Amino acid sequence: MAQVLDAYVNKSVNVVTADGRIIIGTLRGFDQAINIILDDSHERVFSSTDGVEQVLLGLYIIRGDNVALIGEIDEEVDKNIDFSRIRADALPLAKT
Amino acid sequence: MLFYSFFKSLVGKEVVIELKNDLSIAGTLQSVDQYLNVKLTEVQVLDPEKYPHIQSVTSAFVRGSVIRYIQLPPDDVDTQLLQEATRKEITQPRKE
Repeated sequence: MAQVLDAYVNKSVNVVTADGRIIIGTLRGFDQAINIILDDSHERVFSSTDGVEQVLLGLYIIRGDNVALIGEIDEEVDKNIDFSRIRADALPLAKT
Repeated sequence: MLFYSFFKSLVGKEVVIELKNDLSIAGTLQSVDQYLNVKLTEVQVLDPEKYPHIQSVTSAFVRGSVIRYIQLPPDDVDTQLLQEATRKEITQPRKE
């Protein structure tokens, strides 16, 4: 069933983790457990008071347990977002 | 396997997935796998004001373990058939 993420390899993806973080990067690889390799990654930190903060991370492996969602990013839409204006609380934890 | 087959029959339908982190995402069911990981296209967050975190995402892979509910269009579900099938599952030897 690993064919599900094939389409996203080498694309820019938005990963939502189980602890509510948003990490954007280029998907380089994955396995059955959805452990993933993310290149040139950065975290987008949302705040209800200040605009979005981007924290550079680099090459990351995220353990599959921790992955909630992997979204394919539409670069055009992403470029046009004014992050300094966005006010939002951090995503809740995925409570199991 | 039963629900895997059930969801395979719903590919192409519009569903709403509620995740364990309270995020609700609407989209068209593109594929499903044995772990009930789901792939959606035409992704839209139900409350984009509260959850602008994945604004630029058009298609997404959602890990089965993080799904709380999958809301289905009632007309697309034959509840009688599903009830019978689930009853049969109980009587049959299960392969884990």
